[in-house]
Parts: sequence; C-alpha cells; structure tokens
Amino acid sequence: MSAVAKALSPHAGGASRFERNAATRDAGIVKFLVLSLGLIFFAIFLLMPLVAVFLEAFRKGAATYFAALVEPDALSAIKLTLIAAAIAVPLNLVFGVSAAWAVAKFNFPGKQFLITLIDLPFSVSPVVAGLIYVLVFGLQGWFGAWLSAHDIKIVFAVPAIVLATVFVTFPFIARELIPLMQAQGRDEEEAAISLGASGLQTFFRVTIPNVKWALLYGVILCNARAMGEFGAVSVVSGHIRGETNTMPLHVEILYNEYQFAAAFAVASLLALLALVTLALKTYVEWRISHPATKEAV
Amino acid sequence: MSHSKTHRVLPGFGLSLGFTLAYLSLIVLVPVSAVFIKTAGMTAEQFWTAVASPRVVASYKLTFGAALLAAAINCVFGLLLAWGITRYTFPGRKLVDALIDLPFALPTAVAGIALTAIYAKNGWLGQFLEPLGIKIAFGPPGVLVALVFIGLPFVVRTVQPVLEDLDAEFEEAAASLGATRWQAVTRIVFPTLLPALLTGFALAFARAVGEYGSVIFIAGNIPMVSEITPLMIITKLEQYDYQGATAIASVMLVISFLLLLTVNGLQSWAAKRTGRTY
Amino acid sequence: MSIEVRGVNKSFGAFKALDNISLDFPDGELVALLGPSGCGKTTLLRVIAGLERADSGQVLLDGEDATDRDVRQRQVGFVFQHYALFKHMTVFENIAFGLRVRPRRTRPSEKDIRAKVSRLLDLVQLGWVADRFPTQLSGGQRQRIALARALAVEPRVLLLDEPFGALDAKVRKELRRWLRQLHDELHISSIFVTHDQEEALEVSDKVILINKGRVEQFGTPWQIYNEPASAFAYGFIGAVNEFRGRVEGDFVRVGDDLLSLAGAKFQNGQDVVAFVRPHETEIVPDIGGGHGITAKVHRILGNGPVTRVELVANGESRKGETDFFEVEIPGTQLASLGIATGQRVKLTSRRISIFDQQNGNERP
Repeated sequence: MSAVAKALSPHAGGASRFERNAATRDAGIVKFLVLSLGLIFFAIFLLMPLVAVFLEAFRKGAATYFAALVEPDALSAIKLTLIAAAIAVPLNLVFGVSAAWAVAKFNFPGKQFLITLIDLPFSVSPVVAGLIYVLVFGLQGWFGAWLSAHDIKIVFAVPAIVLATVFVTFPFIARELIPLMQAQGRDEEEAAISLGASGLQTFFRVTIPNVKWALLYGVILCNARAMGEFGAVSVVSGHIRGETNTMPLHVEILYNEYQFAAAFAVASLLALLALVTLALKTYVEWRISHPATKEAV
Repeated sequence: MSHSKTHRVLPGFGLSLGFTLAYLSLIVLVPVSAVFIKTAGMTAEQFWTAVASPRVVASYKLTFGAALLAAAINCVFGLLLAWGITRYTFPGRKLVDALIDLPFALPTAVAGIALTAIYAKNGWLGQFLEPLGIKIAFGPPGVLVALVFIGLPFVVRTVQPVLEDLDAEFEEAAASLGATRWQAVTRIVFPTLLPALLTGFALAFARAVGEYGSVIFIAGNIPMVSEITPLMIITKLEQYDYQGATAIASVMLVISFLLLLTVNGLQSWAAKRTGRTY
Repeated sequence: MSIEVRGVNKSFGAFKALDNISLDFPDGELVALLGPSGCGKTTLLRVIAGLERADSGQVLLDGEDATDRDVRQRQVGFVFQHYALFKHMTVFENIAFGLRVRPRRTRPSEKDIRAKVSRLLDLVQLGWVADRFPTQLSGGQRQRIALARALAVEPRVLLLDEPFGALDAKVRKELRRWLRQLHDELHISSIFVTHDQEEALEVSDKVILINKGRVEQFGTPWQIYNEPASAFAYGFIGAVNEFRGRVEGDFVRVGDDLLSLAGAKFQNGQDVVAFVRPHETEIVPDIGGGHGITAKVHRILGNGPVTRVELVANGESRKGETDFFEVEIPGTQLASLGIATGQRVKLTSRRISIFDQQNGNERP
C-alpha cells in the first residue's frame, strides 16, 4: 500500500540525473514519443486487463460478487489454494536456504551445473510439470498399480496438486538467495566462527539476518505463484468440484459455465493477491536498496 | 577457497548439499526423467506419429511463431518502457515501475479471462476492432496478445538494471568526441544493452513457448488454427493417450533445455560484457 | 603466546600458495607478513588462524600442536581485510557477539558484557558510536571496531589481514601509529599481513618477506631495508637502481660501461644483477674512461633537503625500453656538482649489492 502511495506522490526535484546531464538528455520530442508509445502499450496490455478483472467482477452488482465468494465450492477452492501454498512455500523455503548455503559458502565440482538444474522448473511448461507427476503416480504410471492396490490417491487428488505447486515454485527462493549469498561471501560467517560461535549460532545470528529481505522477497514471489498456478495443477487435479479445485481452476469452471461475474469475482481475489504481492515486493525492494541505517531492534 | 576434503571452516556442507540434491532429485529430476524413460519405450513410429501429426505440427507453428513475434514485440516496447522508467521522470513513474511485474504476479487464468473480456467481439476493445475487420480473440492474434502480456516483464527487468548502471560518462565521452545524440545512443548505449536485450528476448520466448493458462481462454482452441502445443498435451491426456502426451512433452522438454542453456550462455556473455551478474 | 609454523604447504589446484614454510614467531611481538599480492601471505595467516587447512605441515601454538584444532578452539583474534562487521548489528552488538555466543555456563552476565564492551570501546577510542550500525562508520572507525570485536574474546594471538588496505592515505598513517601504541599497551602476539613496505617497516618489530609462497627474509625492519637477503628483497623494498651485466675481473660489464664489483667475488663471465639505492648512487662528471654507468640527466626534482635526479640510460636496454635511474643527493650538494638537464654523466656507487642472475636468492 505504502509503495502505491509513494508512487503516486509527485517525484521531488523533477528531472532525473540523466535529464540534468546535457550528454544524456534526450530531445523533448524523443522523450514525448518514447513515453507516449511506452505508456500506451503499458495501459493497453497491463493496466486494462487488471481494471477489467475488477469491473467485470462487479458488473452484476455487489450482491452477486459476494455471493460468488461465499458459495461453498468457492470457499473450498480458497481453502485448497491456501493449503497448497502453505505446504509448498515452507518446503521450498527450506530447500532454498539449504541450496544457497551449499552453493554460496562452499566450493565443489559441478556447482554451476547444480545452479542451472535448480532453475530448470522455470523453463518447463506448466503442463509438462503436471504431466510428469501423472507419469509417476498416475494409474498407468510407475507407482500407479502399487498405489491403487494400497488405495492411496495422489493424482487427481490433493497430494498431486501440492506436488505440482512445489514443482512450479521450486526455484523462487533459491534463486533470490544464491546470488546474494555468493556476493556476501564467507567473511562474516568466518568472523563469527573465529569469535567462537557455533554453526547454528552463525547461521541464525549472522547469515539469516543478512539475507532476511531477500528471503522475504523470494517467499512473496513463491507464494504468489503457488496460489496462482493454473496449468500444472489443472493437469493433475481432475477438476472435482469442492474437492480438488483450486481458485484458478474454480475460475476456469465458472467461466466455462458462462458464470462470468462469478468467475471474475473469484479472479478479483487473485488479482488482489497480485496487487498485494507487487506492493510488498516494491516495499522489500526499497528496503534492500536502502539498507538498515536506523533499524533499532 | 577451502577445497580440502577433510576440513571446512563453516559447518553444514554435507547436510545442505545432501538435502539439496535429494530434494532436487525427488521433486524435479526423477519426475522429469519419467518423460524420457517413457518416450524411450516407444517405437520410432509411435513417437513420430505422436509428435509429427498435422494437428500437432500446426500447434508447433502457432506456438513458436506467436512466441517469437511476442518476444520481438516485447523487445521493442520493453526497451521503450525500460528507457522511460530509468531515464525520464513523469508522474506515476514509480507506479508504472511497480506494475510492470503484474504478469509475474497475476495468475495466468485471471489474465486469460481478463484479456478475453477485452478482446472478445463485445469486449472492451473488441467492440471497436471487430467492425474494422480486426478479430483478435478466439484465433491466433489472441494467442499473440496473451503471450505479449506474460512476456513483457522479462524484457523490462533484464534491460532496466543495465540501463541504470550505465554510467553517464560513456555518453559524455561520446558527446565530447563529437558524436550526435543519435550516434551516442545507437553506437554506445545500444551495443551495451544488446546482451541484456537478447537475454530478455530469450526469457520471454521460453516462457511464451510453455505458457498455457493465459492462452487457452482467448485462443479459441480451433484445431489446426489456434491450438497451442501445451494444449495438445492436455488434449491427448483427456483422451487417455498418455504415450502421445509424453512424446510431445519430451519434445517440449528438449526445447526447454536448449532455451535454458541459451539463456545461461547469454547471461554469462552479458555478465562479461557489462561486468554485472544477474 | 608463541606461534610456530613447521613445513606448511598449501596449493589451490596447480597454484602453490605456500611452499614448505617454517617460521617461529617471537612471543609478544608485532610481526609483519610482507609481500606482493598473491604471494601467499594471507593464506599463511588464515592457516595460522585455522580458517584454512594446510595440505601438510603443522601449526604450533605455545608449543602445542594446533594443526587439527578448530578455529573456535584456537583462541585467535582475526581482523578481516574488509572488517566483516555484522551489518545488521550495532557496534555494541558486534563487539559483544563473541561473548554472547558462549555456552551458558561460560557466558558472562549481561552486566559484565556491557562493562567489557564499554572498556573495549574506550580502548579503541570510539565509545560514542556504540549504538551505530557499521554502515554509518568511516573506514578507519570500522577497522578499530573490528579490532575491538576480535579483542573481546581475549585472544592469545591477534591476526590482522591487510588491516589498513582499504583506507585512504591519511587515515592509514594515523591508524598505523595507533595500532603500534595499542600493541605496546597490550603486548599480545600479533601478526599482520600487508603489501605496503612502508607500513611493514614502520609498524612492526619483525618483518617476514614472502614471495611466491616462500620466505625470502625474516628480520628487523632495519635488516630488511639495509641488508636485503635476495635480489627479490632488494627490488621489493625501497627504490633501487638495477644494473644487469656480466662479470669481467673486478668489474661488471653493463653494455659499454663497467661497474666496480666493490670486492664481491664472482666468476668471470657470470651473469649478475647489481642493486644500488638512489641515496647510495653517486653522480660523477663523465670525463671519458674510468668506470661507472653512462647516463644523461633527464630531470632534476625537488628543492627541499633532498634533491632527486632522474637520469636516462645511454641507449636502450635489452628489452628495447629506456632505463631510468634515480639518484638522491642532499640539496646542498646540487650546486657543487654543477649538473644540468641533458648533461652526460657517470653513475658510481657508494654501496652495491650483487646477485647471481640465475639464482637471485644467494649472495656469493
């Protein structure tokens, strides 16, 4: 919220450092063209869809809007989305911290390759991300026969939804921490150890405080993706209303049933989540670029 | 650089690397390998029928064509936006800067239905475009629009930091040597931005190739015309054709790997050229 | 506490950082590890601290083998080159850190911690920055806080990695003097790494000169400056004029010129390198014949007590570059010498050191 307020307040001083410098100042007409082309594009492609979500959501009035949100299937979708995120985010948090510790504080062969592998889920299509779990746990998959013999349901049930969510959000926290911790090096940890601190003391008192904003940043992005994932979850969910529907899947079902206002109402919750995510992200970015100077603990 | 095997000053190496590798294998490597193992079990003919049927080939053409075009469009407008945000001041600059990441944060399904509401025949823009004979939703142009939406932040966010770090000194030097502003920008600034721009292009392209959620609502999903490749996987799955779905997935995975390597290569090139790391 | 290093080797891949180093550090003294960058001096310091493990060899602290002892148990205070102050903690908390992380039974009470930290802050004369964060301090202040933090755990030995490396010239000078005073007060065995010869010579009791992972010389600053033990030591410490040539009887032939061996014994035909300090180089008029290196006066600098005369060699050196020489003479002598720019003169030496070119480490 504060980021938005700050963004709206007119920037003090007026000209940027590039505009004050004769060598980097563009002619007025150039500035006008660049800005108007860029901003028109921005307005049509980014702003308009965002506004459309909220306006479409309220098209049939506030009553319809809130009815769509408190309907049992919607509530169960919200619940499942929260559960998936509540499992995926902590898991990937532990993984991200652990991977960053190994990669940033030690040298070992194949390190660069490991970093590339960690990024892999980013470049895999969400649909493929869902498919791989069907191949492993589905009825025709590797463990399919065994699982069905023991009456364990993974695919088309909550476990696979969680797994697919974990997969698509896998690199988020690790990739925020790794470059930062690599840049910070080992000096502070070595100093702590030389002062007699144990490994855990060093980790919790020195390492974590140094990366807490990046950690939070990763968690925010990871959470947004976890709650919003559609493709991967769609493949493994089975679309059972009230049981295996997440919010994005619920949006799809409502939309395909031509319940547009309801679809947009649920979508508006997700859009709100996106806006909160962006505001938090902007705030954290600001905290990172303005390191704690008067941070009284 | 403690390379010795017996002694490391900081603890937890075995534990952290062990957990990292185990988790990576469990969540990513083993499931992904399932695709290739299943594909390897097919005959060449089965594989070929699955990945080269006319309907699937049409989906490749659309997916890659639209992804390339969208990435190219994003390069142009992404560069304009990055330039505007870093070099100029204007009211709402910080808000624009913050909202650039919207496609990262907005769930793809939400983007999909919102774009459809805008470009459908009776939609916000559609009602003006359709009478002019411009049909966007429920056809290939709709796919393009969705892919432009999701790809924009990749270009802006890779170009922007380089542009911010670019010292005014270089342009001052160019000016002092008699270059016009146009020459300074085209010969000094753009070459410096090029690696970042290409990286942004590759990232946007890679994301667009695999994109599903934002596209399927607006694409119309007409066979041979507006079906994207990820949808082909879903379609095969719905017909219980796991083999066909897996074969197409293996093709997409290989392409993902290649794109990942390309991006890594571009980034290390960019890092060398500009001295910054991503 | 005495520190002894025995036969320590350390390689990073193919690069040999420490090549069979054995040293006995005197108790209670301030010792400088001096050498060019990449010579292995920081690695040696880290091996002594236990931050790096040697491939082979031993580290003995107070006669006890500490090779396998963890850095935590070695009781060394280590001051990092870039200070490694904990950015998220105040100055006070930084200094208190080593006390706070102790197990409960050995941890001092909060009152004792406060008292100790304020004592240390007073010692480094920075009592008024206790509540600031490291980013709010100047480089020199950070350095002193890093030192106070290391001292808080009452180390038996203090190790400092390039303690003044990141500071500007004026602050360096002040801190140098301050460190010396502090050491005179505490008398804790200390080793500091530096690549700055002036710093090493001015601050330390003993200097260890290191090159390519080997010890070149170990001595007092006076010995290091006035009695360099090797060609490397000569070239590294202080300004020096260098002449390369071949022995001919009692002389060295340098190009067309002859330079006196001044009694040093070398075999005829041996390739040698001769070093002469600028203040031990003499300018004599070129009257034809006689020995001395011919050179042309290039510039005469300085009007103070010491005048520096820059000269260019006659013709080109073998590398195709022009050799420059430097001579320092008392300002009062300048007039009596009567030299002017462009004039051709000869250079002789009051004191000369000559080394074999092949094996620069050994004097005859």
